[in-house]
Amino acid sequence: MDSRALVMARIRRALTDVPRTETPGEVPVERTYHRVHGDRTAARTVDLLAENLADYRALVHRADAPSSLPALIARLLADRGATSVAVPPGLPGSWLSDVPDTVRRVPDTAELTPHDLDAVSSVVTGCAVAIAETGTVVLDAAPDQGRRRITLVPDHHICVIRVTDQVVDSVPEALERLDPVRPLTWISGPSATSDIELDRVEGVHGPRTLEVILAGPESAGQS
Amino acid sequence: MRVALFITCVNDTLYPRTGQAVVTLLERLGVEVGFPEAQSCCGQPQFNTGYRHETEPLLRRYAMAFRDYEYVVTPSGSCAAMVRDNYPRMGAKAAAEGRGQELADAAAEAVPKTYELTEFLTDVLKVTDVGAYYPHTVTYHPTCHGLRMLKLGDRPRSLLAAVKGLNLVELPGAEECCGFGGTFAVKNAAVSAAMGADKARNITATGAEAVCTLDNSCQLHIGGTLARQGSTVRPVHLAEILASTEGDVW
Amino acid sequence: MPAFPQAADASTRNTQLRANLRHATHTIRAKRAAAVAELDDWSRLRAAGAAIKDRTLRHLDQYLEQLESAVTAAGGQVHWAADADEANRIVTELVRATGEREVVKVKSMATQEIGLNGALATAGITAYETDLAELIVQLGDDLPSHILVPAIHRNRGEIRDIFTEKMSQWGRPAPEGLTDAPADLAEAARLHLREKFLNAKVGISGANFMVAETGTLVVVESEGNGRMCLTLPETLISVVGIEKVVPTFQDLEVFLQLLPRSSTAERMNPYTSTWTGTTDADGPRAFHLVLLDNGRTDTLADTVGRQALRCIRCSACLNVCPVYERAGGHAYGSAYPGPIGAILTPQLRGTQSELDASLPYASSLCGACYEVCPVAIDIPEILVHLRERVVEGGPASVRGTRTVIKPAKGHAAERAAMRAARWALDHPRLLRTGQRLASRTRRFHPRRLPGPGRAWSDTRELPKVPEESFRDWWQRTRGGSGTGSGTEGRKKTT
Repeated sequence: MDSRALVMARIRRALTDVPRTETPGEVPVERTYHRVHGDRTAARTVDLLAENLADYRALVHRADAPSSLPALIARLLADRGATSVAVPPGLPGSWLSDVPDTVRRVPDTAELTPHDLDAVSSVVTGCAVAIAETGTVVLDAAPDQGRRRITLVPDHHICVIRVTDQVVDSVPEALERLDPVRPLTWISGPSATSDIELDRVEGVHGPRTLEVILAGPESAGQS
Repeated sequence: MRVALFITCVNDTLYPRTGQAVVTLLERLGVEVGFPEAQSCCGQPQFNTGYRHETEPLLRRYAMAFRDYEYVVTPSGSCAAMVRDNYPRMGAKAAAEGRGQELADAAAEAVPKTYELTEFLTDVLKVTDVGAYYPHTVTYHPTCHGLRMLKLGDRPRSLLAAVKGLNLVELPGAEECCGFGGTFAVKNAAVSAAMGADKARNITATGAEAVCTLDNSCQLHIGGTLARQGSTVRPVHLAEILASTEGDVW
Repeated sequence: MPAFPQAADASTRNTQLRANLRHATHTIRAKRAAAVAELDDWSRLRAAGAAIKDRTLRHLDQYLEQLESAVTAAGGQVHWAADADEANRIVTELVRATGEREVVKVKSMATQEIGLNGALATAGITAYETDLAELIVQLGDDLPSHILVPAIHRNRGEIRDIFTEKMSQWGRPAPEGLTDAPADLAEAARLHLREKFLNAKVGISGANFMVAETGTLVVVESEGNGRMCLTLPETLISVVGIEKVVPTFQDLEVFLQLLPRSSTAERMNPYTSTWTGTTDADGPRAFHLVLLDNGRTDTLADTVGRQALRCIRCSACLNVCPVYERAGGHAYGSAYPGPIGAILTPQLRGTQSELDASLPYASSLCGACYEVCPVAIDIPEILVHLRERVVEGGPASVRGTRTVIKPAKGHAAERAAMRAARWALDHPRLLRTGQRLASRTRRFHPRRLPGPGRAWSDTRELPKVPEESFRDWWQRTRGGSGTGSGTEGRKKTT
């Protein structure tokens, strides 16, 4: 008997107390927990997202005015002294329009090695969804976010959230929007550890600086 | 109302004063108390050590001893929890082992009538001020089974708060186990003693004259540890505080 | 390994260990309580978490088949391991096939349980632990002592010393003049491990959850070492216990709320990665899932003990356990310390060794563990259930076969004492005789007991035996009135 058959046979023997006619759906699961904790306006939800992101030491910025996003991204890269920036293939072109040419654009390609990325200062991406109650942004490797490694190896990540359609209240609402086939990365603040005396310290292997831009409907300068 | 006292084996043998206090208190509140002498031990030491089958006769004895009573009141959170949580389990297991419903029926008879003292006072008699007087500084240690199995909540504190003359001081780390745990105290003596030592130090640090609990089995451990540490804090069961009046200070 | 009481006896006397554990567990306790209190539906989430796991466990065969098809369809390869040796063999072969001699590892309880690192070392393959605490343990040639924070027994000063002395033997040395500030220690780990991550060709992980419906695996972490191992190497091998499956992607909505708040006391952990098979040009090109039994089906066969398989390895039970806090994790002698270890290890490994038979007794049954468990595992109930197996023996499943096991050795005297006590307690007249004898001789009672009683009287005063028992007082003062029902000396029923 191969091990698959062996383990399966053990499981079936172990479950002799389960009636043979029982289906999984007959085992009751009461989903009486909240879909959303609290009752908020859309604006309040965005505020909560900002508060919770900041609580886990993400740097939160707002871009509300028309065309303010490119200027803000350019400023954040300049403040950081970035000399290069990783660029997902589908990043809206205007987002980096104010970034001077002296900052090298590093396109996300299959040839880009981890060593190459280790030499890149920053990365700018969009996101799939953001969760207000937990202060989480979720990336799903869509064209405006690129492959998982580009938001991992560089030490500085700027993530843009469109507040009009990418912010949800809760974990259940986020899962509903996500496609499990795509590789997902849920990010809540910069890398951290609780491994020394069970006290939280920010900054280990992932990007040690996470900057989140809450972009209003007008800000990207696009229609 | 036919009310029986379930004294428990520890109180019967080592802490008769607590039983006397319960009788005094309940009679003061107008309750006629009976003491069926066929009662013995709830079986918790055997059951919790793994001797379920040795416990079964004691379950039967409990149900039989209190058959004619409407209420069984016990000054022990731990023994009440044993009856309420584990008797039904024992009944179900015996039935699953093909030994019929007899034990389950005995459990079903015993469980609903069994009350820990503070439950009986607050839920059945619906009193919190029992007219007690106890002019001492007291700290309260909520014992684990009362706290987590019976979920006594603020019943004991409400009763204490209504006692005239009593100064209640907070116990740091109150909800941590004292380390008794029945045979645990002997089987894992080092850890038990370490837990007890920490508990006793916390108790002494409150400056209280007495530490109050609902379980004399825990008091056996706490008191024994306090004494070994040279502390003057004395263990006292809640019943003894509640039985105390201006004319008759316990 | 010594039995738990002996190991714990040594650790309770280690004041440095006691101080480290006390500080760490008390730090996290209050934080967890606050994180949980933020959600007013916690008890409902907890009930749903337990119910989803129960549903899965009662139909585990179906869900595993579904998972296997989904993972395979998504480009992964599924392997089955009946025990630790087989799992180690499979992983070793998979690594060998890549031609690599080094692997990077995400912290994983399953690989800890099977001793994978040792097996790989025997095959000439070096496994680099990349979780900060696992790194501390590996560099210190030590054993993990906590599920979430394997180096919880070390304080910052000890960690600084380990890094300074040992890092150079494994790769990039610690920076000159390294301080014991946690931020500096984290930075040293970052520098040390970065070269390993950038060069790694093979990654090994466990998983917190596997979704049957979609074939999706989930790793919940904080530092980013997980993301490194899951995305940079060309080959990813995940070793996961068969109980880690959940039915649907939607079910994650419960566990991704329960787990972070229970483990690190956060609303959400910094990083959660999910992957379904392989993705073109993003992440590993080859993905292997090794499904591990290793005693899990034996646990599943026990209708009381089965609930231990709900465990999501949050370690909340360790952090509130007064016994763990004093004994330390090493005393439990397995990858799973604390209350969950005390019920899981004797089920996965059986109760035959002296150590494993002592684990169900490593608890005062205070119930703090059950109270904080996010999937409502009634740990005290299982502890008592396993104690029965130890002293009375009984039906159990051993490596997939139902059998009746004998009582563990060394309990004969206790069994006799329990039987005698029960007999006396079932004959209240005898009880009374004993009480009277004790009262009459009270002046001669020693302050310290000989034999097994010393375990008590070494640290605690013995109670004074009263002049008369309650029973005698009642009879003397009430004259036997109101004695109610029940007849003394009734016929013995068993």
